[in-house]
Amino acid sequence: MSEKRIIVVGGGLAGLMNVITACELGYKCDLVSYVAVRRSHSVCAQGGINGAVNTMGEGDSPEFHFDDTVYGGDFLANQPMVRDMCYDAPKTIYLLDRMGVTFNRTNEGLLDFRRFGGTLFNRTAFAGATTGQQLIYGLDEQVRKYEAEGLVRKFEHHSFQGLILDEANNCRGITMTDTQSMETSSLLADAVSICTGGIGAIWGQTTNSTICTGSAASRCYQQGVWYANGEFIQIHPTAIPGTDKCRLISESVRGEGGRVWVPKNPDETRAGIDIPEGDRYYFLEEKYPAYGNLVPRDIASRELFDVCVNQNLGVGGGWKVYLDVTHIPEATLRAKLAGVLEIYEKFAGEDPYHNPMMVFPAMHYTMGGLYIGYGKETNKKDELPANWDHYKHMSNINGLFVGGESDYQYHGGNRLGANSLLSCLWAGRVLGPEMAKYIENSDLPELSDTKVQGFVTEQDEAFARVRQMDGKLNPHHLQDELNREMTKHCSVVRYNKDLEKLDELVDDLLVRWESCGLSDIGLNTNQEIVFMRELRDRLILTKAIVRGAIKRDESRGAHFKPDFDKRDDENWLKTTVAKYDGKRNPEFSYEDVDISLIKPRLRSYATASHGGQESKDEK
Amino acid sequence: MAEKTVHLRIRRQDGPDTASYWQEFKVPYTPGMNVITCLEEIRKNPVTTGGNAVAPVVWECSCLEEVCGACSARINGTPQQACSALVEQFSQPITLEPLDTFPVVRDLMVDREVMFENLMRVKAWVPIDGTHDLGPGPRQSGKEQTWMYVLSRCMTCGCCTDACPQVNVRNEFIGPAILNQVRLFNGHPTGKMHASARLQAIMGPGGIVECGNAQNCVKVCPKEIPLTQSISELGRQTLAEGIKTFFQKPDVEM
Repeated sequence: MSEKRIIVVGGGLAGLMNVITACELGYKCDLVSYVAVRRSHSVCAQGGINGAVNTMGEGDSPEFHFDDTVYGGDFLANQPMVRDMCYDAPKTIYLLDRMGVTFNRTNEGLLDFRRFGGTLFNRTAFAGATTGQQLIYGLDEQVRKYEAEGLVRKFEHHSFQGLILDEANNCRGITMTDTQSMETSSLLADAVSICTGGIGAIWGQTTNSTICTGSAASRCYQQGVWYANGEFIQIHPTAIPGTDKCRLISESVRGEGGRVWVPKNPDETRAGIDIPEGDRYYFLEEKYPAYGNLVPRDIASRELFDVCVNQNLGVGGGWKVYLDVTHIPEATLRAKLAGVLEIYEKFAGEDPYHNPMMVFPAMHYTMGGLYIGYGKETNKKDELPANWDHYKHMSNINGLFVGGESDYQYHGGNRLGANSLLSCLWAGRVLGPEMAKYIENSDLPELSDTKVQGFVTEQDEAFARVRQMDGKLNPHHLQDELNREMTKHCSVVRYNKDLEKLDELVDDLLVRWESCGLSDIGLNTNQEIVFMRELRDRLILTKAIVRGAIKRDESRGAHFKPDFDKRDDENWLKTTVAKYDGKRNPEFSYEDVDISLIKPRLRSYATASHGGQESKDEK
Repeated sequence: MAEKTVHLRIRRQDGPDTASYWQEFKVPYTPGMNVITCLEEIRKNPVTTGGNAVAPVVWECSCLEEVCGACSARINGTPQQACSALVEQFSQPITLEPLDTFPVVRDLMVDREVMFENLMRVKAWVPIDGTHDLGPGPRQSGKEQTWMYVLSRCMTCGCCTDACPQVNVRNEFIGPAILNQVRLFNGHPTGKMHASARLQAIMGPGGIVECGNAQNCVKVCPKEIPLTQSISELGRQTLAEGIKTFFQKPDVEM
């Protein structure tokens, strides 16, 4: 048996939990992260984590949670693993509770739960409005304990460069670059996991952190890892519009009673707080009596978009709507939402306790991600390694595992709020034991030093080539252009002709990339070289996303095409699988979805969906 | 402020052991701009006010919304987060410098590894039995959660540690942020069982005795954590621990 060591790339919730469960089994972990792991993008998550603990005595159950999730995802998720996640969710929440996460409490000192989008139950545990921060700190602290015991080596300020593959295409390690010394090196282990999170830098106008570059996912894709359902991108309905970032205003604001509205009169000039009830159009509440402001995000974003862009009812004629909490008692706001209201106050410069906030949709999350083979029948068996269905969360490359936002497995066509913190932690809980099982049962060939060095040399040469780029174009301008066009054409509403033009633009940007010049060629903390390489990675991955969107001629979950505005199960109830052609383009094939547990039904939040029992009078 | 440009004066440094030097930039102003937006503008056109093309300024950032603690810098002399430093709040030229108390890596990026090493020293975690299912954690009152939650918001940004005059080249003081974490873990029902070990860790050189009560820390903490309250509470706890262990060996196994 090989050495008891694994590599985890990415130190967010999924990566850190992966490390913890592996260390528990006596495995040493090499943890690679772009930033100090405590600063991973998981800190930005606000609202909470779902689990059917039923503290509220509402009769909630993991089965209802499972149905809400599958229904919320518009039936695109492979169901067995989603069920496993939902059934395990209470245990995951209890574990984080025991780690010391400062969850809000009920009067009896139990965990408090609130309502979130796409469900009628209070099943979201929360720590103020900064739940992601408290969760990742809890895990960071546990990992530090293992670090103190000598089981974890951290490689922070390192950027993943590529996979080390042996002759039989098993993953045996990675190459990485120290972003301060600019040196590239290799790390070896017989199992590697990619937990590198989101890809918001492709859109720019995103709730993601600046470190969500999309580069790691793209490098894996470029080395043959399939990218699945790339076209399914979640646009969060309520973010503060901004040029550097669209700061998230959590769904939990609506969970605690926040109301979305626009003035009835498009020429309204009064300040929001001065507009009386009768002159307000609560458009979500009127159209969706059962779920109101808590319809799932894809539906909310489409409605906000429609109200502003098509009906011209946005606040002040712009692309903004009101998100109002002024009617909620201040004590409640301070206890449950302080963190997010603080963000609004600091960055929008207005007091949300006394003025309705102004928000608009922004790119938030990718349901799509690197492929996982386990847990379903597949027509792609011939292209998969022999072990493809033995290990949960293994990609189409033997020994390469994926978890968290990086994978595509749990959220189908649209993710429910507070299910991401869950799927990241769940993936982490699965990854440790599965990677250990894989290593214990694998008999891998010897890996020569020359072979390993070959991968390092390849990266050194690419680095050296980029370091010589002396064209006239500034890569940050190309980035801005990519961001603008992606936000315009590959967001809430999609049209094939616009997507085709967008794909051509990406091709053009790839050509123009060659004419970029570096403004820094030093070898200490050279952020420009890193950015230049990542920009190209983003462009390659964008092609997989945009071309996948062009091909899928239906509307499902977050993927909405007015020209094909119905869900088409007959032709499209399948997973998009993109394989890199080695030059620039994705090659597409499709895989059936495992719908063995819940039969697909019409998805409409006009009435309540209660574990499959539609109810017309539910409120 | 109706300026069309923002004028920045930045103290740069090419490496840990080279001399620092000043450069000035002017970037186009947009409403709601923060210091990081300015730095992003510089890299789109890295030319000084003197007309020299230079390497763009190097800085650290991630979340841009004051929850990750990455972008700490001294702005017009005060340590704070650059992302929430809205340009309108500052007199120009806006002076940007790296934090003073940590070694410079390059330009505004400093090495704060010592903070994480100190978190390890004081055993800043709740020691759990394992990830297997043991049901819910201990019950805690809403009141307990309220004060602990505030302390748990520390993002290890280093501003308090930078502002503290006791954290300097002559002193190994672990600083307010780390002490605050000790209070947090000693307050948790499970963490409390191992309070002794944490207190012992802060009762030696570099520990709580080094606090000089300057109270700079609370003034600069971006999350308004009551750091001096935490330090004061720990003063009480370490005193009790000292008396207890006068007669018996300290319980440091963990």
